[in-house]
Amino acid sequence: MATVVAFIEVRDQEIRKSSHEAVTAARLIADGTGAELLALVIGPPGISRHAVDLGFLGADRIAVAESADFDLCNAEAWTSLVVGVVRGNPTKAVVFPGSAMGRDLAPRVAARLGVGYASECLDFEVVDGALVVRRPRYSGKVIAREAFSTDPAILSLSSNAFPPRERLAEGTLEFIPVLMDELDGGAVVKEVRSTPGQQLDLGEALIVVAGGRGLREPENFRLIEELAEALGGAVGASRAVVDAGWRPHHEQVGQTGKTVSPDLYFAVGISGAIQHLAGMRTARTIVAINRDPDAPIFKVADYGIVGDFSEVLPPLIEAVRKLRS
Amino acid sequence: MKSVVFIKRVPDTDSRIRIAPGGTEIETAGLKYVMNPYDESALEAALQIRSLEGEGTVTVVSAGIPESVDVLRNALARGADDAVLLTMDTGSEGLPLAEVVAAELRDRDFDIAFFGVQSIDDNQGAVGPMVAELLELPAATSVVSFRAASGSVEAIRAIEGGVEVVQLRMPCILTITKGGYEPRLPSLKGIMAAKTRPLEEKPVTPGPAQLRTLSLELLPERTAGRIVGEGVGAVPELIRLLHEDVKVI
Repeated sequence: MATVVAFIEVRDQEIRKSSHEAVTAARLIADGTGAELLALVIGPPGISRHAVDLGFLGADRIAVAESADFDLCNAEAWTSLVVGVVRGNPTKAVVFPGSAMGRDLAPRVAARLGVGYASECLDFEVVDGALVVRRPRYSGKVIAREAFSTDPAILSLSSNAFPPRERLAEGTLEFIPVLMDELDGGAVVKEVRSTPGQQLDLGEALIVVAGGRGLREPENFRLIEELAEALGGAVGASRAVVDAGWRPHHEQVGQTGKTVSPDLYFAVGISGAIQHLAGMRTARTIVAINRDPDAPIFKVADYGIVGDFSEVLPPLIEAVRKLRS
Repeated sequence: MKSVVFIKRVPDTDSRIRIAPGGTEIETAGLKYVMNPYDESALEAALQIRSLEGEGTVTVVSAGIPESVDVLRNALARGADDAVLLTMDTGSEGLPLAEVVAAELRDRDFDIAFFGVQSIDDNQGAVGPMVAELLELPAATSVVSFRAASGSVEAIRAIEGGVEVVQLRMPCILTITKGGYEPRLPSLKGIMAAKTRPLEEKPVTPGPAQLRTLSLELLPERTAGRIVGEGVGAVPELIRLLHEDVKVI
């Protein structure tokens, strides 16, 4: 039976949400091709306890490679493990989460296997047995339909494109032996440092509150942070304020920053340049707050308030807090 | 330190993209092209390490149609020592592109090969890690900053919610993201000096693409919604809409 492999990312002894999305996406391909779904979990000893839950998300088989050395990512060893699973099973596709790790490993696996790779996939169809993906190009200005001419297809996903779906079925658990010589790589991860206040990743967040030059001064981003916190969302920024050094690059939304598709996107003091719109126009609901009633952002926003952030944000933050308490 | 930087010519971020008749390619007429912004950061990283060490070379390589020579000249004007253009009839992406780049790098003596973390046209972020695989070299992707000393590199890579610190043996491959290396612009002196620096063109023939574009579509235009109101007075209605109608908060 053909296999679709979902790569599962583990951090701090937990399976990340983006990997749940990988299972959902892999399930769609498996159903479309009559394949079984194998979830590959690589992590520290004991991770199999969490891995069994992947059955309820759609995994038929859950293959676990545990090692005390797998607390931190080892890209070369993990590439070898994925390639080993692909060679041991007649594989139709390998699905990676749209995370930094997924986007690092997927092209390595494609190169090792000599096959094609598509990133940031939004959805799939099977046409005459070939896998066809839809993916953004030009940072979301264009959506391309692309057909794989090689097997297996290697994919990574757009964040938030495949919300997890639960089912009432368990997967079977199996263990993959880890050979120590696979660990001897030329690149070794020494540590992971969490950035305070950045627990929620901009690309993965379901609510994003973004600010731009209209905030006038970097200190005023405090209001953006407060609204994001009240909503349980992440902070975003326009290119103008990142270039001006007000905000770090990892908060930038747009063509040279992140492309985001949250359920709710607040654009505060952001005029709406083409390159910014490319990065957020697939958000489900867009709210714009801007002093200029002619700002292009209002042309894409579902709801707009014409007004100055300094007047509108404080009562808005207050109202959200009240609603949430 | 001998550095190689791979750079790509892409449509400017301010470009409005249109789809050409046939529906599988973009309309290139009237587009303005620039050096891929992430590659600018990669080039800057290489130039900074050369000035830091006071020695070494920075070679820039591009692969594409003959017009790609423009971004190489631009890179020479910013301070690169020499340039190589792998000339091809049409653009190439993904693994076939990585193969021609790897073939060029295989015979070169270098310590670090730099790439932008991704191009802003294809968005794959694939060529750097693919070249690393093909050459069996250690690699770190999405690097914000790094230090090099005695044969090894310590790179800081951006990951969700923080950074990862990676130790790499040289020679190695780094793909650079924006944030740590603010690109310099070409100076007038640089533009003059660039004219005398070596720029070699080598025709290459990449292998067939493994993905075929069936169609390109523009995202449907979002229809403008409504202005809820002006100033503070509009806040209660906005909250009601988001809570009761859209049910997103």
